[in-house]
Amino acid sequence: MSLILIAALPFLGALLPGLMIRAGRDACAWTTASVTLTALVGLLVHAPAVMRGEVIQYQLEWMPVLGLNANFFLDGLGLLFAGLILGIGLLIIIYARLYLARQDPMGQFYTYLLLFQGAMVGIVLSDNVLLLLIFWELTSLSSFLLIGYWKHLPEGRQGARMALAVTGMGGLALIGGMLILGNIVGSYDLTVILENKDLVQASPHYLLALILILLGCFTKSAQFPFHFWLPHAMAAPTPVSAYLHSATMVKAGLFLMARLWPVLAGTPEWFYIVATTGLITMVLGAVIALFKDDLKALLAFSTVSHLGLITMLLGFGTPFAAVVAVFHIINHATFKAALFMSAGIVDHETHTRDIKRLGGLRHLMPVTFVIVTVAALSMAGIPLFNGFLSKEMMLDAATNTVWNGNPWILPALATLGALFSVAYSFRLIVHTFLGPTRTDYPAKPHDPGFGMWASPALLAVLVVLIGIMPALMVGPLVAVASGAVIGGDLPYYSLKIWHGVNLPLFLSITAVVGGLILLALHRPLDAAWTKARRPEAKVIFDAIVGAITRGAHGLTDGLHNGAMTRYAAVFIVAVTALGAAAWFGGTAPGPTRAAMDTGVVPLIGWVLLVGATACMVAFHHNRLLALVLMGIVGLIVSIAFVYMSAPDLALTQISVEVVTVILLLLALNFLPKTTPTESSKARQWRDGTIAVIGGLAVGGLALAVLLSDFSQDSISAFHLANSKPGGGGTNVVNVILVDFRGFDTFGEIIVLGIAALVIFAMTESVLTSPVGARLRQRPVNPDQAGDRHPLMMVIATRVMMPIALMVGVFIFLRGHNEPGGGFIAGLVVAIALVMQHMASGFDWASARQRFPYHTIIALGVFAAALTGIGSWFAGRPFLTSNYGYFQIPPMNKFELATAMAFDVGVFLCVVGAVMLALESLSRFAHRAGERPSPYPMDIDPSRDSAQIAKDA
Amino acid sequence: MEYLLASAIGALTAAGIYLTLRLRTFPVILGISMLTYAVNLFLFASGRIAINLPPVLLNNTPTYTDPLPQALVLTAIVISFGMTAVVVLIALGAYLLSNDDHVNLSDGPVDAQEPSK
Amino acid sequence: MNHWIIAPVLLPALVAAIIILVLRYQVITQRVFSVASTVALIGIGIGLLVHSMSGQIDVYELGNWPAPFGIVLVLDRLSAMMVLLTAVLALAVVLYAIGSGWDKRGHHFHALFQFQLMGIFGAFLTGDAFNLFVFFEVLLIASYGLMIHGGGAVRLRAGVQYVIYNLLGSTLFLFALGTIYAVTGTLNMADLAVRVADLPASDTAMIRVAAVLLLLVFAVKAALIPLHFWLPATYAEAPAPVAALFAVMTKIGAYAIIRIYTLVFGTDVAATADMIGPWLLAGAIVTLVVGMIGVLGASHLGRLAAFAAIGSMGTLLIAIALFTPQAITAALYYMIHSTLAGAALFLVVDMVRARRVAEDDAIAPRPAIVQNGLIAAYFFAAAIAMAGMPPLSGFLGKLLVLDAVRDHALVWLIWATILATSLVAVVGFARAGSLVFWNVAPEVDHTPAPHPQTALTFVATGGLIAAIAMLTVFAGPVTTFLSETSAQVFDKQSYIAAVLETARAIEVENLPLEGSQK
Repeated sequence: MSLILIAALPFLGALLPGLMIRAGRDACAWTTASVTLTALVGLLVHAPAVMRGEVIQYQLEWMPVLGLNANFFLDGLGLLFAGLILGIGLLIIIYARLYLARQDPMGQFYTYLLLFQGAMVGIVLSDNVLLLLIFWELTSLSSFLLIGYWKHLPEGRQGARMALAVTGMGGLALIGGMLILGNIVGSYDLTVILENKDLVQASPHYLLALILILLGCFTKSAQFPFHFWLPHAMAAPTPVSAYLHSATMVKAGLFLMARLWPVLAGTPEWFYIVATTGLITMVLGAVIALFKDDLKALLAFSTVSHLGLITMLLGFGTPFAAVVAVFHIINHATFKAALFMSAGIVDHETHTRDIKRLGGLRHLMPVTFVIVTVAALSMAGIPLFNGFLSKEMMLDAATNTVWNGNPWILPALATLGALFSVAYSFRLIVHTFLGPTRTDYPAKPHDPGFGMWASPALLAVLVVLIGIMPALMVGPLVAVASGAVIGGDLPYYSLKIWHGVNLPLFLSITAVVGGLILLALHRPLDAAWTKARRPEAKVIFDAIVGAITRGAHGLTDGLHNGAMTRYAAVFIVAVTALGAAAWFGGTAPGPTRAAMDTGVVPLIGWVLLVGATACMVAFHHNRLLALVLMGIVGLIVSIAFVYMSAPDLALTQISVEVVTVILLLLALNFLPKTTPTESSKARQWRDGTIAVIGGLAVGGLALAVLLSDFSQDSISAFHLANSKPGGGGTNVVNVILVDFRGFDTFGEIIVLGIAALVIFAMTESVLTSPVGARLRQRPVNPDQAGDRHPLMMVIATRVMMPIALMVGVFIFLRGHNEPGGGFIAGLVVAIALVMQHMASGFDWASARQRFPYHTIIALGVFAAALTGIGSWFAGRPFLTSNYGYFQIPPMNKFELATAMAFDVGVFLCVVGAVMLALESLSRFAHRAGERPSPYPMDIDPSRDSAQIAKDA
Repeated sequence: MEYLLASAIGALTAAGIYLTLRLRTFPVILGISMLTYAVNLFLFASGRIAINLPPVLLNNTPTYTDPLPQALVLTAIVISFGMTAVVVLIALGAYLLSNDDHVNLSDGPVDAQEPSK
Repeated sequence: MNHWIIAPVLLPALVAAIIILVLRYQVITQRVFSVASTVALIGIGIGLLVHSMSGQIDVYELGNWPAPFGIVLVLDRLSAMMVLLTAVLALAVVLYAIGSGWDKRGHHFHALFQFQLMGIFGAFLTGDAFNLFVFFEVLLIASYGLMIHGGGAVRLRAGVQYVIYNLLGSTLFLFALGTIYAVTGTLNMADLAVRVADLPASDTAMIRVAAVLLLLVFAVKAALIPLHFWLPATYAEAPAPVAALFAVMTKIGAYAIIRIYTLVFGTDVAATADMIGPWLLAGAIVTLVVGMIGVLGASHLGRLAAFAAIGSMGTLLIAIALFTPQAITAALYYMIHSTLAGAALFLVVDMVRARRVAEDDAIAPRPAIVQNGLIAAYFFAAAIAMAGMPPLSGFLGKLLVLDAVRDHALVWLIWATILATSLVAVVGFARAGSLVFWNVAPEVDHTPAPHPQTALTFVATGGLIAAIAMLTVFAGPVTTFLSETSAQVFDKQSYIAAVLETARAIEVENLPLEGSQK
């Protein structure tokens, strides 16, 4: 089976449990098992070739741009690990079928398990470090799900988060390390990297890469000081602990160290970092394990200790140590998985894992007793069991290694570790199974069914077999696997029980004897241990995470506290500062245009403008006054436009001004009439300073613009030249608007249309909300004019209406050649209509309103768009204008341009939008207790007094 | 002349900024409008200023004022009118619904951090 | 002249016009038109993308006026890609809006939605600086309407802030354009590129100001610190489908930065080169940090998603700020990814809201919501994507970015920041996810949890997640196309040639007559 398929199978299989669970729990379990079995078989098919020393490869390009390829390869090391992952995985799946309680969602469990399995297989098979990173992080994610599987347990959730945080951190460090490694070598393919030992170790970035990569490995393999997450991960269901935390995931770190051994190992940095960490972890883990009463906690720390042992061996950097490491990986996987499953059985049958509440189980659970004894003796390193062999070889390697010129410290500490591991191993047997049978077990203990003890039993058998005839059982596998680690010739070693009387033998005898003494003294030691004050890793971790979280919370909400004024201030300051920095960073040639001399008219205008502006700031608390002053400012601005030869602008500005002021007035009717002084003097000064600086900056920029010339001629020369011949109009501004840059105008009328829609929708949602009712209760403003529709005004507006419309049409028609055009016409007409509303009342006017404003807007958009599209039929692009001269006798010749049809669209949009906006406002007024009047005028001489009386 | 225009733009900007930094929606909206005047004049000024020059083609005039900025300003005026209308109405709606016309709001109910269990 | 180029702008405009003209009161028909238009836009987008793959740059001269005198639309790989991305996102969003009934909570959702699309497409396609402003206004004013869609006091007040902040931005845009025109006397981007390159070295101050002001305008859109303040409240308070659509709004800022600061103010322009890149990079790094810290610090899902969006913009802008072809390739890939992932996250958050009492989205234990498992799975996927964890495209995008900064002077700082912030994000998402989906609180009062029957919402959100998965699986071909795209972006000469070709041609044969030949 191709390697990618082996790696992919579990992922694909992960889809099945969710479906099969509907067919029952057995179907679900067997499907999952068969998936793993298939992958295992697919793997073993390659075994013979690999044993012959071949390397199976599979390559697939994924992201060539990045150098990330889906390349896989299978050598001895990969075979060993993949075998462990799939083999033990299979046993775990069978075991879990019976372990999981009825209320546990089994589909989810197996799905997560397969995801994890796939990720692990991916790690050990990938031939591309980036690909390996992907699988690496996937193991963190899937184990997060597995540890948190019992969602209802807080320990589960916390353990899951802790594991994710720690291993995730390591994973990110690993990313950095791998990228550096890739940069050094110039390729992300493992096989390439493995061939460049000298290049890597010579590189100045070697140490950094090493540290980052080791961070990844240590966190994953729970090495000191990152060991604390593993025991907390034990909140997971026992099958998970047995799988992730004994056989596979925690070994990923070891795998990676072994995998990169040929490139990274052999330097003093490697030796001191790795070997020392391993040593500390081994001893520390063993010591803590002795004092744990929870079976799983004991096993967890013993796992930490054994991982430390293997790490230390890899750290030695000698080929022999590497062989021992590989051998111990196999042994540890066998006995530790068996122990975890047995612990699960005990828990499952007695409903407790507390050693203090157990003891004397050997008669009640004989099978479990045998299994545990075999595995534990192996863990203790007793002859005839496989743990003994690798421990002997470990001690041998330790005795031949000098640490910082000191030949005895390594063997001494190694023996100490071994001693403690003897102690806790025997404690596991003695305190759980030996001693008198108790009467106070939480549940009546008995051996489980075959299905449940089959898996651990099988492993126990392996333990013995390997222990008795190692060379036969695993000799070739160890050889080929360690060959892959060393990447060179194997050193001399022999897998056999009796190495003759030598130092390691004495050391392990010491360990066994010492261990038994420790166990004998356990009670007093335990008392002392519980008294002693120790730093609790979890407390520290929680404190750190909690502090960071609170800090993040405070920072986030402090920074984004919804203070718009502060946001705006930051905005303005940032813009001004960066703008200034940009200006002063460059060179300005100074004025190139002479300033025009100032007439008296502009001076007056200036005084009025600045004066009105100043007053507005000063009196802005009186909103009505401020509004009036704003109107004055707008008026002067439009006059300024006239003066500076921009009649179109002037017309637009003035008419927009009128509409805006009306709009604001109507809005003000509902808003508070005054703005209270709330900001402190200090704030006012701060804002004032910002304002003045901003004003100076803008004024300065404007002056610089006005006193300099274009670097090159403006494109508007073309517009002047082509307005008449090309656009058919002499009012260049208007031709630009409807022709040269008609597309801008198209967008702009759409903006107006949208504005109206937004206003309409908003008004609807407000009026339909409870506030509509509140508006109705709103007291009618007492000082409002009694005569709301004064006779004179009504008459005046009636008279003006046709005139205004005519003016609108006139402005529209002349627009193409003289100042004017669709906008201004639209605004003028809109104003005329608004006058009607204001004079004669909303109801009266809207009753005479034939077309809904929505329709007018939409028609406007259509008119504009269709005019544009029309030019397609002439084979021209959108908005290509055309024009011609027509004559309808007796009138004289006049011009029609398609641009004018476009301008009609503009006109309609403007009218519709303005009216819809104002209508929405008047609907507020309408809701707010304003009594509709059927008549255009409140006082109408043509109505007799009786009529009035009747209405009143 | 240039000095007058530039200083006027500066004054309008300053007033606009100051009002924009107030705490109630109405003055803020007025401030935005002032900024709009300022930027329209600035955009207009980017074509440099000319007195008594026709923007309309006549047969006997050699030089014209730059029509392009005028067109741009016209677009800008109309767009900003639409924007003002929208912001006024939204502000009004917000006031009617919450009976409060402050521009600041506590950004998302910032409740006490619940301990992660 | 390929009229299809303008279709993405015209089609939504016309559909919207039809909706307000005849379908004002028929929600069902509105939905049909809205979806149909969006699907058609995807078709058009695919067509344009395939067309652009040839590497040819198409120019559409509106009103048949040659650039720089008239407005042109320009279709190259970049704009085509953005159009398609937006169309795909739009379909998911509109389907979700229909499925969740959001579109019925107020008036004119679909009309505004179409207008919004029109504005976005226009912004991606236009080749004229002032026209870009106009389309920014179109998409902004539509977004105002969508943001306050459904009403409510808090939403409206957040809306006021959003509008005011963007009005400041629009004002700034006009200042920038005025300055640019004052210096160069033109508005067309290609022409600007030519004229800016020809500026005398003695006269740089004003163009520098123009360049920076314009950068700040786009920075507001792209939520670059310190101009990001509009985003958290807006995204958190906006209706979920709208927030999801906004995922592409920030990308418009990013797009504009890529376009203008490679074409007009490229690294080869001595006057501005010394500030744009460094300033942008500094801001981007801070943005990334603040965003991801926000993910950890958020107390509500809506804000969590908003800050995740800010953080992703940080990563994106870091890549952009390098202005190298490799970095822009990475940026484009990350841009596609973060658009889809951000949108998906907002939709998942809304699914939680919709199933909790009173649409409460606090990151705290609550009674179990219906379909907890499925939604948790969606959240898990979206979170993995946003946090940049494997196997989804976020991880690949992050690797691309990390790989692209390899030769930069600040490589260590950038790597450290990106990796450290990812850890913060991972912790934040894990915390939020386990609190919301695992830590089930008992029923306090017996208000029944809402039970929306909305298969369509799952389809829409799942579609986005599926799109992310596709982006991951087909990362190879995608990145190959993107590297061609970024190569085209940096080949400014061919862009200029394509845009100004007509003008050059007619300048030979006597300008003033040209118009009358039409």
